[in-house]
Amino acid sequence: MGSKSTAAERPRAGAEPGRLALVCILAWLIPGAGHLLQKRRDKGLVFLVAIPLMFAIGLWLSGRLFPLEWSDPLVFLGAIADRGVGLPYLIARLMDAGAGTVTDQSYEYGNTFLMTAGLLNFLVILDAFDIAMGRKTPGNLSERAGGTGAKAPAQR
Amino acid sequence: MTTTSHFWLMVLYALFVSVVFAVLMRDDPREQVRSAGLMTLAFVGVAYVLGWLMYPFPL
Repeated sequence: MGSKSTAAERPRAGAEPGRLALVCILAWLIPGAGHLLQKRRDKGLVFLVAIPLMFAIGLWLSGRLFPLEWSDPLVFLGAIADRGVGLPYLIARLMDAGAGTVTDQSYEYGNTFLMTAGLLNFLVILDAFDIAMGRKTPGNLSERAGGTGAKAPAQR
Repeated sequence: MTTTSHFWLMVLYALFVSVVFAVLMRDDPREQVRSAGLMTLAFVGVAYVLGWLMYPFPL
Protein backbone atom coordinates (compact mmCIF):
# COMPACT_ATOMS: atom_id res chain seq x y z
CA MET A 1 0.00 0.00 0.00
CA GLY A 2 2.89 2.35 0.64
CA SER A 3 4.23 2.30 -2.92
CA LYS A 4 3.08 4.83 -5.48
CA SER A 5 0.82 3.76 -8.30
CA THR A 6 -0.19 5.36 -11.53
CA ALA A 7 -3.66 5.62 -13.00
CA ALA A 8 -2.89 2.66 -15.26
CA GLU A 9 -1.91 0.51 -12.26
CA ARG A 10 -5.00 1.24 -10.20
CA PRO A 11 -7.54 -1.58 -9.93
CA ARG A 12 -9.95 -1.40 -12.83
CA ALA A 13 -12.04 -4.48 -12.10
CA GLY A 14 -15.13 -2.45 -11.27
CA ALA A 15 -14.80 0.11 -14.02
CA GLU A 16 -16.90 -1.67 -16.65
CA PRO A 17 -19.67 0.69 -17.83
CA GLY A 18 -22.42 -1.85 -17.15
CA ARG A 19 -21.34 -2.40 -13.57
CA LEU A 20 -20.82 1.31 -12.99
CA ALA A 21 -24.35 2.01 -14.20
CA LEU A 22 -25.73 -0.76 -12.00
CA VAL A 23 -23.90 0.58 -8.95
CA CYS A 24 -25.10 4.14 -9.56
CA ILE A 25 -28.73 3.18 -10.27
CA LEU A 26 -28.88 0.88 -7.24
CA ALA A 27 -27.19 3.51 -5.07
CA TRP A 28 -29.81 6.05 -6.16
CA LEU A 29 -32.76 3.69 -5.80
CA ILE A 30 -31.82 2.33 -2.36
CA PRO A 31 -29.54 4.60 -0.31
CA GLY A 32 -26.45 2.60 0.67
CA ALA A 33 -27.07 -0.22 -1.81
CA GLY A 34 -24.09 0.86 -3.93
CA HIS A 35 -21.83 0.37 -0.93
CA LEU A 36 -23.46 -2.90 0.11
CA LEU A 37 -22.99 -4.21 -3.44
CA GLN A 38 -19.27 -3.45 -3.18
CA LYS A 39 -18.89 -5.14 0.21
CA ARG A 40 -18.75 -1.90 2.21
CA ARG A 41 -21.35 -3.31 4.56
CA ASP A 42 -20.96 -0.98 7.53
CA LYS A 43 -21.07 2.20 5.47
CA GLY A 44 -23.95 0.88 3.39
CA LEU A 45 -26.00 0.03 6.47
CA VAL A 46 -25.48 3.50 7.96
CA PHE A 47 -26.68 5.13 4.73
CA LEU A 48 -29.54 2.65 4.41
CA VAL A 49 -30.85 3.69 7.84
CA ALA A 50 -29.89 7.37 8.07
CA ILE A 51 -31.04 8.71 4.71
CA PRO A 52 -34.52 7.13 4.49
CA LEU A 53 -35.06 7.98 8.17
CA MET A 54 -34.18 11.60 7.49
CA PHE A 55 -36.61 11.57 4.55
CA ALA A 56 -39.36 10.05 6.71
CA ILE A 57 -38.82 12.70 9.39
CA GLY A 58 -39.13 15.34 6.67
CA LEU A 59 -42.52 13.92 5.69
CA TRP A 60 -43.58 13.74 9.35
CA LEU A 61 -42.65 17.41 9.73
CA SER A 62 -45.18 18.31 7.00
CA GLY A 63 -42.55 18.91 4.35
CA ARG A 64 -43.50 19.16 0.69
CA LEU A 65 -42.26 17.09 -2.23
CA PHE A 66 -41.86 19.77 -4.86
CA PRO A 67 -43.06 19.33 -8.45
CA LEU A 68 -40.66 19.72 -11.38
CA GLU A 69 -41.67 23.27 -12.22
CA TRP A 70 -39.46 25.02 -14.78
CA SER A 71 -41.07 28.43 -14.19
CA ASP A 72 -39.71 28.63 -10.63
CA PRO A 73 -35.99 27.73 -10.52
CA LEU A 74 -35.85 27.31 -6.73
CA VAL A 75 -38.81 24.92 -6.72
CA PHE A 76 -37.21 23.06 -9.62
CA LEU A 77 -33.93 22.67 -7.72
CA GLY A 78 -35.86 21.55 -4.64
CA ALA A 79 -37.64 18.96 -6.77
CA ILE A 80 -34.31 17.60 -8.04
CA ALA A 81 -33.04 17.37 -4.45
CA ASP A 82 -36.22 15.57 -3.32
CA ARG A 83 -35.85 12.98 -6.07
CA GLY A 84 -32.27 12.20 -5.07
CA VAL A 85 -33.41 9.86 -2.33
CA GLY A 86 -34.76 7.26 -4.81
CA LEU A 87 -37.20 4.58 -3.71
CA PRO A 88 -38.43 6.37 -0.54
CA TYR A 89 -39.46 9.27 -2.78
CA LEU A 90 -41.34 6.98 -5.17
CA ILE A 91 -43.10 5.25 -2.26
CA ALA A 92 -44.06 8.62 -0.76
CA ARG A 93 -45.53 9.72 -4.11
CA LEU A 94 -47.49 6.48 -4.42
CA MET A 95 -48.89 7.04 -0.93
CA ASP A 96 -49.79 10.65 -1.75
CA ALA A 97 -47.52 11.82 1.05
CA GLY A 98 -45.52 15.04 0.92
CA ALA A 99 -48.32 17.43 0.09
CA GLY A 100 -46.84 19.88 2.62
CA THR A 101 -48.72 22.01 5.12
CA VAL A 102 -47.50 25.57 4.67
CA THR A 103 -49.16 26.77 7.86
CA ASP A 104 -47.42 24.16 9.99
CA GLN A 105 -44.56 25.60 12.02
CA SER A 106 -42.32 22.70 11.02
CA TYR A 107 -43.02 23.06 7.26
CA GLU A 108 -39.63 24.61 6.43
CA TYR A 109 -37.85 22.07 8.62
CA GLY A 110 -39.66 19.30 6.78
CA ASN A 111 -38.59 20.69 3.41
CA THR A 112 -35.01 20.97 4.64
CA PHE A 113 -34.96 17.37 5.87
CA LEU A 114 -36.48 16.09 2.61
CA MET A 115 -34.11 17.99 0.33
CA THR A 116 -31.03 17.27 2.44
CA ALA A 117 -31.79 13.53 2.44
CA GLY A 118 -31.81 13.61 -1.38
CA LEU A 119 -28.65 15.71 -1.61
CA LEU A 120 -26.81 13.46 0.84
CA ASN A 121 -27.79 10.48 -1.29
CA PHE A 122 -26.23 12.20 -4.32
CA LEU A 123 -22.96 12.35 -2.35
CA VAL A 124 -23.35 8.69 -1.40
CA ILE A 125 -23.88 7.79 -5.09
CA LEU A 126 -20.68 9.66 -6.02
CA ASP A 127 -18.80 7.81 -3.27
CA ALA A 128 -20.10 4.46 -4.54
CA PHE A 129 -19.04 5.49 -8.06
CA ASP A 130 -15.53 6.33 -6.84
CA ILE A 131 -15.26 2.96 -5.11
CA ALA A 132 -16.42 1.18 -8.27
CA MET A 133 -13.78 3.08 -10.26
CA GLY A 134 -11.08 1.91 -7.86
CA ARG A 135 -10.31 5.45 -6.73
CA LYS A 136 -10.88 4.64 -3.08
CA THR A 137 -9.06 2.10 -1.00
CA PRO A 138 -9.60 1.84 2.77
CA GLY A 139 -7.49 4.45 4.49
CA ASN A 140 -6.64 6.86 1.71
CA LEU A 141 -9.51 9.25 2.31
CA SER A 142 -8.89 9.41 6.06
CA GLU A 143 -5.31 10.37 5.38
CA ARG A 144 -6.28 13.07 2.90
CA ALA A 145 -8.71 14.47 5.45
CA GLY A 146 -6.02 14.59 8.14
CA GLY A 147 -6.82 11.29 9.81
CA THR A 148 -4.54 8.43 10.79
CA GLY A 149 -5.48 5.96 8.07
CA ALA A 150 -2.95 3.71 6.39
CA LYS A 151 -0.63 5.25 3.86
CA ALA A 152 -2.39 5.50 0.55
CA PRO A 153 -1.22 5.20 -3.01
CA ALA A 154 -0.75 8.50 -4.83
CA GLN A 155 -3.98 9.76 -6.38
CA ARG A 156 -3.83 11.10 -9.94
CA MET B 1 -50.13 19.82 13.27
CA THR B 2 -46.65 18.85 14.24
CA THR B 3 -45.39 20.57 17.35
CA THR B 4 -41.65 20.27 17.80
CA SER B 5 -38.83 22.25 19.34
CA HIS B 6 -36.86 24.21 16.76
CA PHE B 7 -33.67 23.66 18.74
CA TRP B 8 -34.03 19.88 18.89
CA LEU B 9 -34.94 19.72 15.21
CA MET B 10 -31.72 21.58 14.49
CA VAL B 11 -29.78 19.13 16.67
CA LEU B 12 -31.43 16.19 14.88
CA TYR B 13 -30.62 17.69 11.48
CA ALA B 14 -27.00 18.32 12.49
CA LEU B 15 -26.73 14.76 13.77
CA PHE B 16 -27.98 13.17 10.53
CA VAL B 17 -25.80 15.29 8.28
CA SER B 18 -22.75 14.76 10.51
CA VAL B 19 -23.20 10.99 10.59
CA VAL B 20 -23.42 10.74 6.79
CA PHE B 21 -20.46 13.09 6.26
CA ALA B 22 -18.34 11.27 8.85
CA VAL B 23 -19.08 7.85 7.34
CA LEU B 24 -18.26 9.19 3.87
CA MET B 25 -15.03 10.85 4.99
CA ARG B 26 -13.57 8.30 7.41
CA ASP B 27 -12.98 4.58 7.22
CA ASP B 28 -12.16 3.72 10.82
CA PRO B 29 -15.32 3.36 12.98
CA ARG B 30 -13.71 5.13 15.94
CA GLU B 31 -12.73 8.07 13.73
CA GLN B 32 -16.22 8.11 12.23
CA VAL B 33 -17.80 8.46 15.69
CA ARG B 34 -15.31 11.16 16.70
CA SER B 35 -15.81 13.13 13.46
CA ALA B 36 -19.59 12.85 13.67
CA GLY B 37 -19.57 14.11 17.26
CA LEU B 38 -17.29 17.02 16.48
CA MET B 39 -19.27 17.99 13.39
CA THR B 40 -22.57 17.85 15.29
CA LEU B 41 -21.15 20.08 18.03
CA ALA B 42 -19.76 22.48 15.42
CA PHE B 43 -23.07 22.65 13.53
CA VAL B 44 -25.09 23.28 16.68
CA GLY B 45 -22.53 25.65 18.24
CA VAL B 46 -22.21 27.83 15.14
CA ALA B 47 -25.99 27.94 14.63
CA TYR B 48 -26.52 28.85 18.31
CA VAL B 49 -23.93 31.65 18.21
CA LEU B 50 -25.26 32.99 14.89
CA GLY B 51 -28.78 32.89 16.30
CA TRP B 52 -27.80 35.09 19.22
CA LEU B 53 -25.75 37.42 17.00
CA MET B 54 -28.79 37.95 14.77
CA TYR B 55 -31.14 38.41 17.73
CA PRO B 56 -30.90 42.25 17.97
CA PHE B 57 -31.50 42.76 14.23
CA PRO B 58 -35.07 43.04 13.00
CA LEU B 59 -35.81 41.42 9.63
